Amino acid sequence: MTNPLPGHRSASILDVSGQDFLVVEDLSVRFPTHDGLVQAVSNLSYTVRMGETLGVVGESGSGKSVSAMAVLGLHDEQRSRVTGSIRVGGREIVGATESTLRQVRGNEVAMIFQDPLSALHPFHPVGRQIGEAYRVHHGCSRSAARAKAVEMLDRVGIPQARSRADDYPHQFSGGMRQRAMIAMALVNDPKLLVADEPTTALDVTVQAQILDLLQELQRDFGSAVVIITHDLGVVAEVADEVLVMYAGRAVEKGPTREVLTHPEMPYTWGLLSSTPDVSGDPDRRLVPIPGNPPSLLGPPPGCPFHPRCPHVDKVPGDLCRSVLPALAPGRRGHGHTKRCHLPDSDVILETGTA
Amino acid sequence: MTGPPLLEVTDLRKYFPVRASGPLRRAVGQVRAVDGVSFSVEAGRSLGLVGESGCGKSTTGRLLTRLLDPTSGSMRFDGREIGHLGRKQMLPLRREIQMIFQDPYSSLNPRHTVGTIVGTPLRVHKVVPDEQVLHRVRELLELVGLNPEHYNRYPSEFSGGQRQRIGIARALALRPRLIVADEPVSALDVSIQAQVVNLLSDLQKELGVAFLFIAHDLAVVRHFCPEVAVMYLGKIVEVADRETLYDRPRHPYTQALLSAVPDVRQAAVGGRRERIRLQGDVPSPLDPPSGCRFRTRCWMAREICATQEPPLLQLGEGHKVACHFADETAGTTTGRVADDAGGTATG
Repeated sequence: MTNPLPGHRSASILDVSGQDFLVVEDLSVRFPTHDGLVQAVSNLSYTVRMGETLGVVGESGSGKSVSAMAVLGLHDEQRSRVTGSIRVGGREIVGATESTLRQVRGNEVAMIFQDPLSALHPFHPVGRQIGEAYRVHHGCSRSAARAKAVEMLDRVGIPQARSRADDYPHQFSGGMRQRAMIAMALVNDPKLLVADEPTTALDVTVQAQILDLLQELQRDFGSAVVIITHDLGVVAEVADEVLVMYAGRAVEKGPTREVLTHPEMPYTWGLLSSTPDVSGDPDRRLVPIPGNPPSLLGPPPGCPFHPRCPHVDKVPGDLCRSVLPALAPGRRGHGHTKRCHLPDSDVILETGTA
Repeated sequence: MTGPPLLEVTDLRKYFPVRASGPLRRAVGQVRAVDGVSFSVEAGRSLGLVGESGCGKSTTGRLLTRLLDPTSGSMRFDGREIGHLGRKQMLPLRREIQMIFQDPYSSLNPRHTVGTIVGTPLRVHKVVPDEQVLHRVRELLELVGLNPEHYNRYPSEFSGGQRQRIGIARALALRPRLIVADEPVSALDVSIQAQVVNLLSDLQKELGVAFLFIAHDLAVVRHFCPEVAVMYLGKIVEVADRETLYDRPRHPYTQALLSAVPDVRQAAVGGRRERIRLQGDVPSPLDPPSGCRFRTRCWMAREICATQEPPLLQLGEGHKVACHFADETAGTTTGRVADDAGGTATG
């Protein structure tokens, strides 16, 4: 893996684009608790290239945030067991020392959190917090850091950036706080940006602004982006590739257009059919997925989705209840993989209002 | 239209005073949360109330259930003015108007069993003799798709979706004629959200309850409400039936709002699209802009917008718009996929 000189990345972008920058292999994250071992993420593998956006979707408790936090090495060694491998630009994150992680975090990899009010420090002006992130990695003067912070605030569209840099987070509106967080994440020109539900707390018109901003910045900086969301609409609009997670596992993966128009895993189909939309037939009855997601303390044997899946009986030999299906290529190719025993995935499209 | 509507709201206002921090607590201003809102709900029908945070939609809901007292304006329920009824006079009306709350975690008392939670309204209003309360509670739990034998459990033993069902059972206990549902599904995951939306529409068909459905999610509202009102900064800017509002919106704000909703169907045509970009944030309701409140973010704003407030005028049957240039906005595209192109998205 080529590692371009820091500070000269915009010139060397072409050299690294198209290469896998983030490689996650067989990642498992487990949390020991009084009730037993919570298997939050199991055997997750994916890669993201420079300039590419991966959308990770799933419901609460599907392991999408936990896996993203592992990319930045944010799990406490005492309280979690992380196994497998995560390589960021060729550097191993799992098991890395705190000092290595400190160099990677905020510099090569940055994260945008869902709730900017709790991610920003309430006692420090926004500009100083952004400047600090820059100073830590560049060792420049306070005034240079401040200038950089103002430049970034301006870049993400905060009006009167020079004076707003002295404001505290509570003086910003929700959308502006999220912009400030994006400014902080991008201040060191990271090659990988992990955005965990970046727009969930925002109103739709502001969400649209933030999504536009993220795409624009990605175009300019050429970074790899992992965007975690529960909203399939957001994925449809920003992601090149999509990874659907259920009960801590990847259950379907492939180009966004493929997966969202021709889902081959019943869970993905269920998510699509239960999502209301603003166009198309308004009287279309939503088809919810019956039941609730399984507990990660003792996930069901076989396919984790089988207790809620309407197609279990179509698979011979009770395979769904006993054998975990492999993440195998689907019938349409193009790098579209799914974890399902159904031999003919078209049957999932035929489900009526069950 | 047949007969008077079940609920008729006219020029409803709610101003919250803002007080200085000194010992005198002088009023230094007021937040105009709801500022002259008029709408009506027909018996057995649903009206959706959509808008972004801070537009006053929840305050409107709380005024209707009289959890808040209106500053001025009229609210007629079944022909009777309810805006200034006292606590005692309000009691019989509470049987008719019930509420479903957004957060299924904080809206149920964690120390009460489900039986107590759902049974309390029955006891308070003495609708059934005490010995039949349990029987009725079990019926209600079954009605909302919960196991009737679980009446002895505590809220903490249920998932988010199940808790929301408990809240619905409680609201239905008194067989109300109007339910104010304030963001009833926004705290739930999509698959569970669809379960609850379907449950609510089944219950409406079965029991003929009218709904005021308050939500920020335009897609959910579209599936549930035949009529929709859009609020912005304490005012209704557009009201129309569902087809008109979503397919031919005329207020620039409605157009921008619809254009901003991410759509799964977009995946079928390659994802990215041109949308109407609104600049900035919603202004503060402490000091709303003069004239049209949307003008600071509107791309059509002209001089008149700053000086004159546009009234909510009839544009077509059941379609009202508050915009000076409503006749010019007809052709604005919201950047949505046409219906035929999106047909494959959900298979």
